[in-house]
Amino acid sequence: MAKINVTMTVNGEEVSGLAEPRTLLVHFIRETLNLTGTHIGCETSHCGACTIDLDGVSVKSCTRFAVQAEGAQIRTIEGMAEANGTLHQLQESFRQMHGLQCGYCTPGMILRAWRLLQENPHPSEDDIRQGIAGNLCRCTGYQNIVKAIQHAAATLNGETIAEAAQ
Amino acid sequence: MIPGAFEYLRPKTLSDAIAMLATHGDEARPLAGGHSLIPMMKQRLASPSHLVDLAAIADLAVLREEPDGLVIGAMVTQRALLGSALVQVKAPLLIEAAQQIADPQIRALGTLGGNVANGDPGNDMPAVMMCLDATYMVQGPKGARQIKAREFYRGAYDTALAAGEIVTAIQVPVVAGQGVAYEKLKRKVGDYAVAAAAVALTLRSGEVTSCAIGLTNVAPTPLWAKDAAALLVGTRLEADAVKKAVAAAEAITDPAADGRGPADYRRKMAGIMLARALARAQQRAA
Ligand SMILES: Cc1cc2nc3c(=O)[nH]c(=O)nc-3n(C[C@H](O)[C@H](O)[C@H](O)COP(=O)(O)OP(=O)(O)OC[C@H]3O[C@@H](n4cnc5c(N)ncnc54)[C@H](O)[C@@H]3O)c2cc1C
Ligand code: FES
Ligand code: FES
Repeated sequence: MAKINVTMTVNGEEVSGLAEPRTLLVHFIRETLNLTGTHIGCETSHCGACTIDLDGVSVKSCTRFAVQAEGAQIRTIEGMAEANGTLHQLQESFRQMHGLQCGYCTPGMILRAWRLLQENPHPSEDDIRQGIAGNLCRCTGYQNIVKAIQHAAATLNGETIAEAAQ
Repeated sequence: MIPGAFEYLRPKTLSDAIAMLATHGDEARPLAGGHSLIPMMKQRLASPSHLVDLAAIADLAVLREEPDGLVIGAMVTQRALLGSALVQVKAPLLIEAAQQIADPQIRALGTLGGNVANGDPGNDMPAVMMCLDATYMVQGPKGARQIKAREFYRGAYDTALAAGEIVTAIQVPVVAGQGVAYEKLKRKVGDYAVAAAAVALTLRSGEVTSCAIGLTNVAPTPLWAKDAAALLVGTRLEADAVKKAVAAAEAITDPAADGRGPADYRRKMAGIMLARALARAQQRAA
């Protein structure tokens, strides 16, 4: 099938590339745009490792065709830290609170948590757990991921953090 | 897992979409949120030659109240339903069901139209729509028609839609004072139902004046449990009446035995979900 030129804005930059209609967005991001921070866990829309931000919502990029993202605004994990390498608060909080072990789920977790905090800057623990229900982690048992998101929310809100990393 | 090759089309109007589906025939399919279709294409359970993406058709994104009830465009996502104050007030059963569908990412893209048109007995919205006596607005090469949700489902992945027809909107009646509930048993977040039951009822001085029941994933199609609901009209949902209705509902189920459990278990769970949904709907009815 003939390839189609697809143009989208990824992490603030307009990019384009050729994709077959059947090319999954996650493959386009990783293999055509060479942004390999977005991971593929299951490729069956279950694990959430491939989560990116697309036009203001969190989506699983393994269950979207690249051609559907024509004109879209996308953010991936590469767009979180500042150009000088300063980590985004969510990344910093995941580091401090041990919100990752192997790190495989982390890009998806961070992008999902970022959108969650955009929509709900003061989430309860339950809001966080419901919010990341589509992201699986095989390592952490989620406890420290929840703490990391709470830590990031509190820091971004300028509150002091009662609970230190354990 | 890579889907088979296909040609991608993105019409801007409904008439263009219908013309494209007609031109490319049986092997062409509408694409909505893609969260049932793309997984099926990856497994090569579906290999359409053409996908007609409905995303750019503004007419399919409506959500408004009309004299006959809510009119919800086929491309309205589960997420958009959850965020709609209008739906919250006028059709709370849709909210309760949408909350129990998959996870936030899937709800962000999965559409109401795709959910009801897909024909998978595991989808949650069809039984809800049967319960609420919703009507599907359909357009195809031969023009527009309306199909009752209660007459839409014929078998697994077999619906009343003719070749080339698109569901454009779903009309949901709004009934004042109705008490509703959706009870879904699932193994984990994001799973399809082991069994689920939707109930909508009205009461006058504690007595049931109307009742409708829909059941999810306990037969090759969603079920409208008409006889079970009829047994409850005129009762006060006494334990005995509920027991009879539960038995009548269980009797029409024909669940598959699969990873979600043996058939007998799923039949019983349908009954338990129904009893719970009846109790909650009763509390909520004005
Ligand atoms: C991990 C996972 C868990 C899930 N869990 C649940 C769950 O618990 N409950 C549940 O209900 N769903 C669940 N789903 C399915 C999800 O809700 C889908 O989004 C939904 O079934 C289909 O909607 P869609 O917009 O994605 O449609 P698509 O996948 O785009 O389309 C589905 C089918 O309907 C056809 N179609 C789509 N729109 C129209 C239209 N307007 N007119 C005519 N035909 C049309 C398509 O051609 C296709 O055959 C789950 C999905 C995943 C991946
Ligand atoms: S890789 Fe997309 S959900 Fe697992
Ligand atoms: S840190 Fe290993 S999967 Fe989450």
